[in-house]
Amino acid sequence: MNREKFIERLLLVLALSSITSLLLITIFIFLEGLPLIWHTGLTNFLFSDHWAPTRGRFGILAMIISSLLVTLGAMVLGVPLGLGCAIVLAEFAPRRLKLILKPTLELLAGIPSVVYGFLGVVWLVPLIRDYLGGPGLSLLTGALILGIMILPMIIGISIDALDAVPESYRQGSIALGATQWQTVARVVLPAARSGIITAIILGMGRAIGETMAVIMVAGNALKIPTSILDPVRTLTSNIALELGYASGRHREALFATGIVLFVIIMILNFSATLITRRK
Amino acid sequence: MRVDPRVTQFLVKSLLWSMTAFTLAILLFIIINISVEGLPQVTATFLFQPPHDMGRAGGIFSTIVATAYITFLAILIASPLGVGTAIYLTEYTRESWITRVIRFGSECLAGVPSIILGLFGFVLFVMKLGFGWSILSGGLSLAIMVLPTIIRTSEEAIKAVPQEFRLVCCSLGLSPWQTITRVVLPCALPGITTGIMLSVGRSLGETAVLLFTAGAALRTPTSLFDSGRTMAVHFYILAREGISMPNAYGTAAVLVISILLINLTAYTLMQRFLRRYS
Repeated sequence: MNREKFIERLLLVLALSSITSLLLITIFIFLEGLPLIWHTGLTNFLFSDHWAPTRGRFGILAMIISSLLVTLGAMVLGVPLGLGCAIVLAEFAPRRLKLILKPTLELLAGIPSVVYGFLGVVWLVPLIRDYLGGPGLSLLTGALILGIMILPMIIGISIDALDAVPESYRQGSIALGATQWQTVARVVLPAARSGIITAIILGMGRAIGETMAVIMVAGNALKIPTSILDPVRTLTSNIALELGYASGRHREALFATGIVLFVIIMILNFSATLITRRK
Repeated sequence: MRVDPRVTQFLVKSLLWSMTAFTLAILLFIIINISVEGLPQVTATFLFQPPHDMGRAGGIFSTIVATAYITFLAILIASPLGVGTAIYLTEYTRESWITRVIRFGSECLAGVPSIILGLFGFVLFVMKLGFGWSILSGGLSLAIMVLPTIIRTSEEAIKAVPQEFRLVCCSLGLSPWQTITRVVLPCALPGITTGIMLSVGRSLGETAVLLFTAGAALRTPTSLFDSGRTMAVHFYILAREGISMPNAYGTAAVLVISILLINLTAYTLMQRFLRRYS
């Protein structure tokens, strides 16, 4: 029986690997980034838009605003579109069609982000430059590409939430003479609310953390955008663009940027977990 | 004025269906565009010759080798950890604070953006542990990235194995570990394989993590401590620096088609597996 006990212990150790990784990530990112925040001052770091590593200026306000705006834009496109697809697949589509469409849409998730970025540059950027003006590489382009990239996540989680609503709710509503759409809008969607909110929050996390596609299409300019056609640099792009050659304080500043991103993502994850648990 | 609910329903349904059609159109567009532009580039020479002149000429052989090494290493590290976690969660414990901590860790890890994993891999593996930009650093960082996927899929697969199987084993006098290795795991294997295949798919397409852990050397890596440029990183560099459009498309085609095939197989495998036990 000693062997069984040993195996159980061993499995417990393996099982702690994910939480250990998470802790290590947190510790190392904070250890590397905090000295700079200490040095520059938190308010100065967060609320100055002056980023000039060679002159020792590390303010990331422009990037925070850009990240938030790009994410907001992605949600404006991705949430209605994703939710629309989810409703069609879960409520309207015949079973056969659903069995084909669901995995097909899940394939969107497998396409690497660099490919989205590349196609954005090849197709979307010229379109925006020619018809709307500006350099084409812009907040709008970033938001559109991210909006498409978060679709699989929003569709997937929303479908699961809609499928979990008991069939009797729908039957009751139809029996009262409601149309199918009235049933969806007033019975099914409210019943699936927490799952759909989780989908939106996780989609938001995905959008704000996405790097490669945004670098390729958003233009990476270091200023607070005044129009949706302005090029922007997000928190993630800033890290990826400069980490390759940064050293000293500059490198610390990139890890500090990572801390800000990490904290935002963790807050989103926490809220998603809380919402799921309350159900 | 009150609109007839049937009219509203018609309008809303048309709107929602066109949204679905639009989303499908985007997917089709991506696949068709990459295939049409990229596949003509993909010849035997393209696949089996190393890149020349920064990727302007030649093929992508060294990047395929680097991708294979890094992905294999990541899976090799993440699979025992992930499957072990899933066994522990499903077979050895009831819901308690410790399972909640483990699940929380795995869920949060799944949400950590790849650039953060890149930063972490860079500071821990590349700098502190001195592995440098290498296959090893890249593989370790990717292992952390795919761990939650393997945990989640394996857990689902193990849970799908009917409880009666375990009861029968117990009544035959098998120990828990014997039950797991001889009955539960063999039954759950197709499901576990699905998780591993999905992880391979994710590893193939990953860029942000590898840029700062595996580096971008174009030479074919020969040891764990060599830097290696994966296909996705190569594609990124070709496209971003405008080195060669045809070669970028060719690389993208190889990348996207292999990922789609892997994911499709994984999905079919999981469906067949779930159907068997339900």
